[in-house]
Amino acid sequence: MTQPATAAQQEAPTSAAESAGTQESSRRLGLRWDVRSLSLLGVLAVLVAVGGITAPDEFLATSNLQLVLTQASVIGVVTVGMTFVITSGGIDLSVGAIVALASVWATTVATQEFGFAGILFTAVIVGVGCGLVNGLLIAYGRMVPFIATLAMLASARGLALQITDGSTQIVSVESVLDLGARDAYILGIPPLVLIFAAVTVIGWLLLNRTTFGRRTVAVGGNAEAARLAGIDVRRQRLYLYLLSGLCCGIAAFMLIVLAGSGQNTNGNLYELDAIAAAIIGGTLLSGGRGTVIGSVLGVLIFTTITNIFALNNLETAVQQIAKGAIIVAAVLVQRRSLHGDA
Amino acid sequence: MARIPSTSRRALLFGTAAVSTGALLTACTSNEPKNKAQAADNAAPVADDKPGKQVTIGFAGPQADHGWLNAINDNAKSRAEEYSDVTLEITEGANDTAAQIGQIETLINKKVDVLVVLPADGKALTQVGLKAMRAGIPVVNLDRIFNSPQAYRCWIGGDNYGMGLNAGTYIGEQLKDKKNAKVVELAGLDNLELTQQRTKGFDDALKNYPNIKKVARQAADFTVESGQAKMAQLLQAQSKFDALWNHDDDQGVGALRAIDQAGRDDFLMVGGAGAKSAMDAIKAGNSVLKATVLYPPTMAASAIDLARALGQGKGVGGLAEFEIPTSLTLYSAVVTKDNVDQYLPTGFI
Repeated sequence: MTQPATAAQQEAPTSAAESAGTQESSRRLGLRWDVRSLSLLGVLAVLVAVGGITAPDEFLATSNLQLVLTQASVIGVVTVGMTFVITSGGIDLSVGAIVALASVWATTVATQEFGFAGILFTAVIVGVGCGLVNGLLIAYGRMVPFIATLAMLASARGLALQITDGSTQIVSVESVLDLGARDAYILGIPPLVLIFAAVTVIGWLLLNRTTFGRRTVAVGGNAEAARLAGIDVRRQRLYLYLLSGLCCGIAAFMLIVLAGSGQNTNGNLYELDAIAAAIIGGTLLSGGRGTVIGSVLGVLIFTTITNIFALNNLETAVQQIAKGAIIVAAVLVQRRSLHGDA
Repeated sequence: MARIPSTSRRALLFGTAAVSTGALLTACTSNEPKNKAQAADNAAPVADDKPGKQVTIGFAGPQADHGWLNAINDNAKSRAEEYSDVTLEITEGANDTAAQIGQIETLINKKVDVLVVLPADGKALTQVGLKAMRAGIPVVNLDRIFNSPQAYRCWIGGDNYGMGLNAGTYIGEQLKDKKNAKVVELAGLDNLELTQQRTKGFDDALKNYPNIKKVARQAADFTVESGQAKMAQLLQAQSKFDALWNHDDDQGVGALRAIDQAGRDDFLMVGGAGAKSAMDAIKAGNSVLKATVLYPPTMAASAIDLARALGQGKGVGGLAEFEIPTSLTLYSAVVTKDNVDQYLPTGFI
């Protein structure tokens, strides 16, 4: 009987929490979002100009665009999942380890006997399984996400090492390998890039156009308010880590296609790359605001930087210094344009 | 009322599905069926194969998290098993300096006759090497060298400079009649001294061939993933070159994948370390990979031989001296199609 009244009462905190999704501020926020993305696009444009000037023949080729997008696709899928987790105020430090575990589990001799489907199924299920454990520990075990996923990082890497025994597991299933070959390109687009695009579109829709997305933002903005508004915060958190695990599973499969093998060192430091890309993209580390498009732009910026450095034959040390500087610059530029707007 | 059974039936259904998925996945962790890397025991027989005085050898190495280190452990174990007079006390591998020091101290306390140590970090473990030597336990230092010669009785290891030198010389000989030949280098982890040494050897070798120029160098980090990524970039950057030297066969798996994906076959590739997959490819002869330069894991088997000789107070066969040498730098042989059969059993996975 009191149900409708309670719901009405809680309307206010919910909308406060769901700031990104409410109508009253949508226009202003839409503008802000545009500025943020535009500044990222600006950074990307500057990079493209630098690449075009320093290595015109190599950088501006179609094959290079295919290369950059392919190299971005694996970490890109992981970053989309990470964006949801961070938006909800959480963190997932285990993504790299889950990619490693899923990729080695899916490339054991026993799994390879099941062919393409076996590899794909195993990679995805292992990813989802790890996500489930993370989610249960965090949502129902009341563990801090940082600790729970740190534990997963350690144990998933350990298990990956246990399975491989340190060796490189080479994939001999032709149908999997063919997916990475030039012949498999659809209208010039590599299949891995298509998967990345699909994950991005689904991720964007999920975050911006569904109740699930609004709940994610609400939990990240103010979990207590979200709970009072009738959102099952714990279940929502469980789903989010499941989602991140699923993304890791898909990424693991893509990595198997790309590298033609599974190795326990796969996905090294993915957690840092994914978090950095999401933050540069404009997702708040404290939660409550997230943008899939921004994250994807963040990933593309990183990949383009690496590409330009490699094409100009710069040393690793220089690459790392410049990468750090560009992260700082991108965030500063973003801050500045945001302040100018607000 | 009707709800309860339906929920439980669903739970049962999901439960069964979960359990069977779990069972299927568990079955999938097995890596056994394929012929596992046979630890190399085809090296030349030692002078004194006859059983002698009983020797207990303590072996401490880093965590075997990649193929080469794994092969090191296998080589040490299988060599020790060959001798009826050798007992091997092998510790759990540790990458952490403090943990490895603890393990070695345990071996010292157990009073093993000889120690074989592959340090996770040579410099950091010098003190514990000194401690063992002072306790009267001779130390065979494997590959990563201690800071002080007082910390070991004998050092045996690979030659990183020689790897680069031999790779460069092989490529130089292949391209010596080609004008303006271009060479590309895919290095390993740049933070490591050994990578710098390999590059220096490679550059020094190329200096002997004025017609060859190194046009690009990128560093991967010994992983398949990084090998694929960096090689893809190098291929994009260099539309035409004649030879590639890749420092490490593990990352070479990724590099070959990138070459395959880019559809390139207009150059020759030389690998490094001596993985089985690389040797298989060299033998098959259907890829750009034509040779690999060894960094032989069989050194662990030789270290056991040396430790046994030390424990029994003997020298090694073939040398006039009564004692074993203080230092043994192994040769980085170039494995090509012509001699691959000889080295194939030493290839690691």
